[in-house]
Amino acid sequence: MEGSFTAPTIDWSALSPVLITLGGATVVLLVSLFLPVGVRRAFGSAVAALCFVAAGAAAIALFVADETGRSIVSEAIRRDRLAELAQILIMGAGLLTIGVSYREAARDERAGEYYALLLTAASGMAFFVAANNLMTLFLGLEWFSICLYILTAIAVERLPGLEAGLKYLIVGSFGSAILLFGSALVYGATGEIGFEQIAAGTADAERLFVVAGLAMIVVGLAFKASAAPFHMWTPDVYEGAPTPVTAFMSAATKVAAIVVTMRVLVTAFPGEEELWTVALAVIVCISLAWGNLAAIVQPGVKRMLAYSSISHAGFLLMPVAAGNALGGRAVLYYLVAYSAMSIGAFAVVAVRERELNAPVTLDGMAGFGWERPFLGGSMALFMFGFIGLPPAGIFLGKFYAFSAVIDRGWTWLAIVGVVFTAVSVYYYAGVIRAMFMQPRELTVAAAGGSPPPDRLLVAAVAASVVVAVGSFVAADPLLDIARDAVASLSFPVR
Amino acid sequence: METTLLILVPIGAAVALWIFPWASAKAAAGFALLVALAELALWVGIALNFDFAAQGLQGEADTVWFADLDVSYRVGVYDYSLWLVGLTVVVTAAAVGYGFWVGRERPGVYLSLLLFLEGATIGVFTAQDLVLFYVFWEAMLIPLYVLIGVWGGPGRFGATFKFVAYTIAGSLFMLVAIIAAGLGAGTFDMTQLAGQGTSTWIFLGFAVAFAVKAPLWPFHGWLPDAYREAPPEVSAVLSGVISKAGAYGFLAIAIPFYPGPAEDWRTPGLVLASIGLVYASLLAFRAPDVRGVIAYSSLAQMNLILIGIFAANSSGYTGALLQMVNHGLISAALFLLAGTIERRTTTGELARLGGMARGRPVLATILIATGVIALAVPGSTAFAAEFLVLNGVFDVGWGWAVVGAVAIVLAAMYMLRLISAVLHENVGPAVPAEALDLRPAEIGVIAPLLVVLLALSFWPAAITERLSGALF
Repeated sequence: MEGSFTAPTIDWSALSPVLITLGGATVVLLVSLFLPVGVRRAFGSAVAALCFVAAGAAAIALFVADETGRSIVSEAIRRDRLAELAQILIMGAGLLTIGVSYREAARDERAGEYYALLLTAASGMAFFVAANNLMTLFLGLEWFSICLYILTAIAVERLPGLEAGLKYLIVGSFGSAILLFGSALVYGATGEIGFEQIAAGTADAERLFVVAGLAMIVVGLAFKASAAPFHMWTPDVYEGAPTPVTAFMSAATKVAAIVVTMRVLVTAFPGEEELWTVALAVIVCISLAWGNLAAIVQPGVKRMLAYSSISHAGFLLMPVAAGNALGGRAVLYYLVAYSAMSIGAFAVVAVRERELNAPVTLDGMAGFGWERPFLGGSMALFMFGFIGLPPAGIFLGKFYAFSAVIDRGWTWLAIVGVVFTAVSVYYYAGVIRAMFMQPRELTVAAAGGSPPPDRLLVAAVAASVVVAVGSFVAADPLLDIARDAVASLSFPVR
Repeated sequence: METTLLILVPIGAAVALWIFPWASAKAAAGFALLVALAELALWVGIALNFDFAAQGLQGEADTVWFADLDVSYRVGVYDYSLWLVGLTVVVTAAAVGYGFWVGRERPGVYLSLLLFLEGATIGVFTAQDLVLFYVFWEAMLIPLYVLIGVWGGPGRFGATFKFVAYTIAGSLFMLVAIIAAGLGAGTFDMTQLAGQGTSTWIFLGFAVAFAVKAPLWPFHGWLPDAYREAPPEVSAVLSGVISKAGAYGFLAIAIPFYPGPAEDWRTPGLVLASIGLVYASLLAFRAPDVRGVIAYSSLAQMNLILIGIFAANSSGYTGALLQMVNHGLISAALFLLAGTIERRTTTGELARLGGMARGRPVLATILIATGVIALAVPGSTAFAAEFLVLNGVFDVGWGWAVVGAVAIVLAAMYMLRLISAVLHENVGPAVPAEALDLRPAEIGVIAPLLVVLLALSFWPAAITERLSGALF
């Protein structure tokens, strides 16, 4: 074996989104140490925003430059448009999160760590969505997960945040362990870790190990996507984490987990299609049922949105379960609209939270719509949009998701989807009712007056509105992009 | 192009009312009223230039929305939809005028929602792509929810909940039906889908959504609360215009696209509509308040219209269409009158009203004239329409026509009861002696509706002769 190691050629440009964010994180972390406490937040925000823009631009450039996908760095990483589109979405989510975070009441001395961790998490996600074998898959998963565990608990003086961080750490590690064990079983059965090689090797591998490994990989990814019944951490973590972190997690983690789920299943397990499509369909039904029914009884808006996120995991996995190219387009289109609107909704919650200086309940939203017409109107748009009403992109996302399963012949799954969409009206409309229709007396007076208008946050919400409505109006170009992004996958169904 | 303008003018004005910083609420409301009148003028211009001899789509626009499933922004007007659009602009103008005069809280937002609703409704009547149709269909729901929920009466939360739950439950099944229909045919273009469908399930998916909206008995659970709790001008639009979208759906989509299943389900449909007609007429006769009578009479009339549509012949369609216009104008006028009565007496309970005719000749004249047209007195446009409906359904089976004739008698009973309980008898305890007659502004809003009804009574052929038979 002596001297037989040859270093792989590394396609640095393909790794640039990962490297830019990682480099930015290092700069923020180190330079902040030497800066006065008062300017750390501004510095961290500026560098992080710059890095997100640069990494997003790099991903766009890669997307435009090259339409064929290929494996790079000893086939450990995939350079294709699917990864690049997901990276664009993750960087966009990061950029919006900067706007939401700026006035978050956290200690200024930890601002450097906060932005560094945010960048590192985005970097890990960008790596994760490009993973092309089981090793890089697990590496990416742990990379961004550990950052998110810390971010959840970053306000160390707040007990709910600490509790949420610990819960997330324990449950998340459990999920990662299951994924790792599943990977080991698949490797043991096929002797391969690369996705394409696994696909080639499963035919004459030990069936039991392949199936068990596949099941555990699906479970591990479902943990990250917060799909029921693997969602237990979601409500607690979403509620306990600082709201900007929740906003980032709800959008970026969802993008990463869903995209990777689709990639792994389609690339590595096309032969087991009849197993995982059904398994995902079951997960979809449970997520829709549990997410929507539990959301109804939540008094806290953040917790309600957490259950809403579980139900949307169901809607997002529905087209993946269809296993066809139409479904692939549906997932990516849906993710664009969903991630923007999710960040926007949590941003509005953050505003109210800072006004009241308390967790936001439905009663706490009373009168908000008339006090802050722009934010209230945007929140109404997000809520109507989450239901699936026009003119927000999720309407077309759901339309496409239902089309994908109906095209596969699973009309029943679309009917499950519409039934729970109808259920979801109750709690989404509840927010609108609270904001615009409840009598003013219920409004809780803000302690020490309302904080000044937060221009960065308003800009982030405005950007979310633009993406939400823009994705609806300009559906055709977006769907073309989504089609290009999944062109390199060969879907097992038709 | 003209059709696009009809849709975009009110929606654009609604957005402008939202984002433009208006100097005063009055200015915003005045702008809304101007837009509503401009929209009316626009429609008149389109109607005057409409070629009634040609059978096809007119004023169309067609732009690709997303190509991979062949979904486009396709709009256009047929002769029958032209009349429904006309109903929409007339009733909305009256509703906006009434809201402007009454002076609702936050008038800019209020009227912008009414205008948005107008644009969405015109979109429903003119969309020629199923996905676009669904978008407009759902878009109608948003302003209605907010209008009733924010400006409605004390029971508004229950009313909005029922309204939204019923409507969404119905329309989501339509979404599945639309996808199944469109994927099956390879296009969502409505002009290519006519007469193609054979699937009973898809037909029923459409039918449920339309039955809830119209509403067909027994899908009307949302109606009494919504009509009672909404502000009167919103009730006027809701019963006058929005309910017609349900009937339009049967007329223009469910039946022509799925002729086979529609034939199979005709008898159940006629049975439900007949039960609804008699049941709602009886309830209207027993309802304790003004709006209750109008609400149930509206339900009865909608079921009569559906009987005409389910007859699925030329006479039934023509009568149903004329009656859709008639009933839209009648119920809008009646709800606005109910609003004026409630403003004067702070109640709608018939037991506490009465004797309002004395010293209030204009109110009495307008209410009696509208009521008499509503009960289909011979010579009125409603009589012409109901005659055509009964004539059409007689061809299907004489029994249905008998039910319809009985209901006309019932209509006379509940309308006369309403008129006498409000205007005649002893002066009710809730009627203050100083309550004024209709003010000029109220007359200006309500009288035009009555004038159109009277004009149609003299000349119902204005509509019936201008249906080229594109449908039949």
